Order: sequence, then structure tokens, then C-alpha cells
Amino acid sequence: MDQLKNFTKGFIRENPVFALFLGLCPTLGVTTTAINGLGMGLATTFVLVMSNIVVSLIKNFIPDKVRIPSFIVIIASFVTIVELTMQAYIPSLFDALGLFIPLIVVNCLVLGRAEAFASKNNLLSSIVDGMGMGLGFSFALTLLGAVREILGSGSIFGFKFIEGDGMLIFILSPGAFIALGYLIVIVNKFKKGA
Amino acid sequence: MEYIIIIISAIFVNNIVLNKFLGICPFIGVSGRIETSIGMSGAVLFVMTIATLVTYLIQNYILEPFNIGFMQTITFILVIASLVQLVEIILKKVSPSLYQALGIFLPLITTNCAVLGVAIMAGQQELNLMESIVYAIANSIGFGLALVTFAGIREHLDLADVPGPMKGVPIAFVVAGLLAMAFMGFAGIV
Repeated sequence: MDQLKNFTKGFIRENPVFALFLGLCPTLGVTTTAINGLGMGLATTFVLVMSNIVVSLIKNFIPDKVRIPSFIVIIASFVTIVELTMQAYIPSLFDALGLFIPLIVVNCLVLGRAEAFASKNNLLSSIVDGMGMGLGFSFALTLLGAVREILGSGSIFGFKFIEGDGMLIFILSPGAFIALGYLIVIVNKFKKGA
Repeated sequence: MEYIIIIISAIFVNNIVLNKFLGICPFIGVSGRIETSIGMSGAVLFVMTIATLVTYLIQNYILEPFNIGFMQTITFILVIASLVQLVEIILKKVSPSLYQALGIFLPLITTNCAVLGVAIMAGQQELNLMESIVYAIANSIGFGLALVTFAGIREHLDLADVPGPMKGVPIAFVVAGLLAMAFMGFAGIV
């Protein structure tokens, strides 16, 4: 039951984007379509789970003073794995996400979970925490991507359902800020009601 | 490429915060007051310029000759992290007054994706050494411009009557969206 709570906390209550405001750069940068948001979310989830596993396994061997650089090296290794794999097998997504793939390294969400959770908890809880947080992050990115795609180009996951262009502003940068602002408002309202 | 084009493009047209979405965390986090945002911009200017210089040298004289370009992400982030530490130590010794002004912002910069982002982008655009440095300085000025403008707006926002669920971060995002819209007016001038 405890693990279930650990898993679900990332979705709404401690959602990395809507509640903790972590990892905002990729959130705003890649979510022009729902697919891009989902791809970015899953890539981050992979890095998050793997780095949580490694950090929680070797936490007792890392001297306290150099723990942050060690975590960064671990995270950077997994980011490089994701980068090369994606470049080889899904080049279209790799091109769409571009610069934001190497920038998963400096996503405060990943380092934050390694430092705040995985370095203090056992393997199983760390995996569950990484999955929950990662999926919460993916959920937020997909939601924002879907909203921007529906309003901006009248399609969802690439399926067009409105003729013409839609409100172009939502594909451009101002739309990202405004859409995320209003999504947070809705989540805040929902949280208060629950 | 002409320097003036690099500068105008980086500051106004492709503003690093409002157009490329890098460095959003400090943009939202430390933009409460104008003074702190000026301090943060100064620290970013300092670190971003040095980091771009050092990563340029590493990219061209270590990674490429040895054909280990895939190590880019790991090397760059380690260089930036240690550089921030180094800058902090040197600044403390050499110029205590500057350290007083920038000190608390320096550790935050390691996780500022703008620094790593600019270092990588300068490489992707195949700028030479001088152009990379100009590019880094221009981008950090663009960061500072966006941050200080936004802080000015947010100071006024404190006095405004904002509906309950919109208080704090959500209204800041909507305002940032309007600011981004204003910066879109620069599109197409270079």
C-alpha cells in the first residue's frame, strides 16, 4: 500500500510540473505536439528510473562531499545512452526534440530525485519513485502538448480533425507559457476541490 | 558571420528564455525582485562566457581529434560544474565584493540549462572561437534583459488583485507569455 502511494504521488499531488515546478525548460520547449511531449516524457522517465536505481545501489560507497558530481556523471551516462539510441532508432523524434535531449542532464527533476529520494531510500522504493515521478512528468508534458496541438493546429497525436491552421500562437513560444499557466490554474482548482 | 547579427539575433530575435525556453527555472525562481535578478544575470554572464570558451577548446582540441564526440554531454556538464566551483573559489579570494554580489547565485548556475545549452549550440552552429564568445555574451545579455524586465513586471504584479488559484506561479507564466509575445515583434529583423 505504501509503494502504491509512493507511485501515485507524482501524478497530481506532487506532480513535477504542476506542483513542484521542476523541469520546466523541456516542458515548454518540446510540447508543440502531444507526441513530442510523450517522447520527451518517456526519455526522461528512463533516465530517472535508471539513475535512481544506480544511485540507490551505490549510495553507501559515495563520499558525501562528492555526491552531487557523482550523481551528475551517472545521469549524464544514461542521457548519452538515450541520445545515441534515439538517434539510431527514432531519428524523427530525435530531430524534433533536438537540444533538449542532452539537456535532460540539467533537468532539476532528475538530480532532485537522486538527491532527495534515491540517496536515502532502498532500491525498490527508488524504482517506484522514479516510475511515478517520470510518468507524472510524461503525463504533464503529453497534456500540455495535446492542449497546444489541439488549439494550435487542430489535430491530436498527428490526426487532423479541423481544417485549416488553428490558433498559431499556441504553437509559438507565447502559447507555451500561457497554456502552462492556465493548466496550473486548473490543477490548483482541482486540488483544492479534492 | 557578422558579430552584430549574432548579437541582435541572440538578444532580441531568438531570446534564449522567451524563444528557446532555456533557463526557465531561474527565470521563474529568482525573478521576484529586480536586485536579485540583476545579480543572477551578472553571474550567468560571467559563467556562461567562461564555460563557452572552455567547452569550445575542449570540443575542438580534445573531443574531435580523438573522435570521442559522444562524450560531449558528460564532459561539458562536468566542466561546467567544476568551473562554477572554481569561479566561486577564485572570486572569493580575488574580489570579495563581487563575490558578495554574485555569491549565492553561483551554485544555482550548475543546473541552469542555459549555460550547457549555449555551449552546445555554439558548437552546433560551427562558430569560431571569437564568435562563440560573442555568442555567449550576447545570449547572457538576452537572459539578463528577459529576467530584469520580468522582475520589474512581477514587482508590480505583487500589488495587483489576482484571483485565488492564479496567485503566484500561474499568473507569472501568463505574464511571461505576454512578454514572449512582445519579443515576437522582433522576429524577422535579421
